[in-house]
Amino acid sequence: MGTREFSIETQDLSRVFRVKRREARGQKREIVALDRASLAVERGELFGVLGPNGAGKTTLIKILATLLSPTTGTARVAGVDVVENPWEVRRHIGMVSGGESSGYGLLTVEENLWMFSQFYGISSGEAKKRIKELLEVVGLADRAKTKIYHLSTGMRQKMNFARGFLTEPEVLFLDEPTIGLDVQTARTLRSYIREWIDQHPDRTLLLTTHCMYEADDLCDRVAIIDQGRVLACDTPAALKRSLQGEAVFRLKVDGDRDLGPLFDGTGGVERFTHAARDGHTEIDLILADENALVPVLTAIQGTGARLLSLEKREPTLEDVFIRLVGRSLTQANGGGDEPPR
Amino acid sequence: MNLRAETGTFLRTVWGRAYPRVIGMQREKSWMLFDVFLPLLQVAAYVYIYRAIGAPPEFTGFVVLGGAMTAYWMNILWNMASQLYWEKDMGNLELFIIAPTSRMAILLGMAVGGIFATTIRAMGVLVAGILVFRVPMAPTSVPALIGVFLLTLVALYGLGMLMASLFLLWGRQAWHIANLFQEPVFLVSGFYFPVRALGFLVALGASIVPITLGLDAMRQLLYPQMMEGFRFLSVGVELGMLAVLGAVFLFLAHRALRFFEALARREGRLTLRGQ
Repeated sequence: MGTREFSIETQDLSRVFRVKRREARGQKREIVALDRASLAVERGELFGVLGPNGAGKTTLIKILATLLSPTTGTARVAGVDVVENPWEVRRHIGMVSGGESSGYGLLTVEENLWMFSQFYGISSGEAKKRIKELLEVVGLADRAKTKIYHLSTGMRQKMNFARGFLTEPEVLFLDEPTIGLDVQTARTLRSYIREWIDQHPDRTLLLTTHCMYEADDLCDRVAIIDQGRVLACDTPAALKRSLQGEAVFRLKVDGDRDLGPLFDGTGGVERFTHAARDGHTEIDLILADENALVPVLTAIQGTGARLLSLEKREPTLEDVFIRLVGRSLTQANGGGDEPPR
Repeated sequence: MNLRAETGTFLRTVWGRAYPRVIGMQREKSWMLFDVFLPLLQVAAYVYIYRAIGAPPEFTGFVVLGGAMTAYWMNILWNMASQLYWEKDMGNLELFIIAPTSRMAILLGMAVGGIFATTIRAMGVLVAGILVFRVPMAPTSVPALIGVFLLTLVALYGLGMLMASLFLLWGRQAWHIANLFQEPVFLVSGFYFPVRALGFLVALGASIVPITLGLDAMRQLLYPQMMEGFRFLSVGVELGMLAVLGAVFLFLAHRALRFFEALARREGRLTLRGQ
């Protein structure tokens, strides 16, 4: 057994997948899903891993949950090495994956939850009590006796969310738990996550998300991850403070315009992203300081574009991501990923 | 965790995983058509062939018994061996793997639930067959018959658990392999005729599937005179072989499950769906 200072600790954790190449029979190419990731999560923390789709978040969780072996590096959960002793790790963990479709359609919601509780040795009486409480929390109490093939995707996700908390694990992994849920339900689940960790200071929760609002709103600390690499790790406030010397602006200009080459040659522009929206172009700028705004506006004017709005913003985790990666989370996710209100 | 708690979790897991199969029977009544009526048509074909050639009525008994036992072999292939593939596709496998319980308990739960559900189907075929085809039954020893039947199930589901662990690694191939094992086993195990008709060596090879031995022993106990000229081995030897097969399959299943789980984890196959 190792030290128990950290609930989760990874050191230079990497995972490489070898996949068949379509173009060359028999040959394989390597995909680096996780690249020397080092993290340390303290007991009692609600720790977020923020990154776009394909960043390596799920790979990280699968390794920590003993479902996948790392190619190199080490990982310990609850002080136990996940490769050397996966059986012991499993006594301490739980996992919920967003969008998962687990369970048996012929069983009701409460029967499915009861079944999973039995794998943890929980007595039927205790399990039924907890199931009742959790179904109230996730708003599924009136569906307890419904067979799950009658449930919508969102309801099924709520059931699986309840399953994760049912066993009261010491370390709980939530892999994009609110993905695809409606705004109200996502808000309810987020509140419960925060409440649960506050009420159980001896538990640890690792949450992956590609939603910066969720990470900012919920997490004590956040690791920003992209292309398998951990780019930054701190509290949301500290991460945002790292941009305090810089000026963050959002501009809107008319038409669908590619202003990338324009900003590449403009002094003082640290990072920028631009996206076409509803007939106009939205530009997020991170400038070295406010003085850099004048040449930017002059350059835009020079293209004949009309400035529709200009807003100076407080930095967000999205800006931190842009600063680190050079593109927005929304762009990295393939667009259409509106932050929840 | 202490021994008592471990045992408690083991037993709860068995019952937890058996439950969907036990309860599923009551909630989806279509099995009566698909698993009793349709197999009975297959049985009828053989019965009428035997009648057409003037075979003794005991041959109708051979067929009905074999027809009832097909339910178990189908259950082994589609609901034991390839079950972990379905579980992966449904998203349950990951949850089974990370649960702090014995994988053998999960497989045993699948087996117990499968035995319960399949026995109801098999009884349906057997009873319907006896009534429809007026099958003569004169068992020499009911306890011995029950003993052979139970030992056959232990060995058969041990084989199913072993196959399930092998299928943990395979993905879509599981489907093809299950298909490959279905009809050939119906033939070489003698589901519709005494297996000795295929020759001693073929029957010996087919004995790796416990139903081969179980069917032969049960037929000997039900129709001792008719089986005089057709028996493969004596009931005692077949019982002994079934016991050995059961123990070996369960042991290998336990070892294979650990080995293939570790291998699948290394290769990333536990988490890849639809492969």
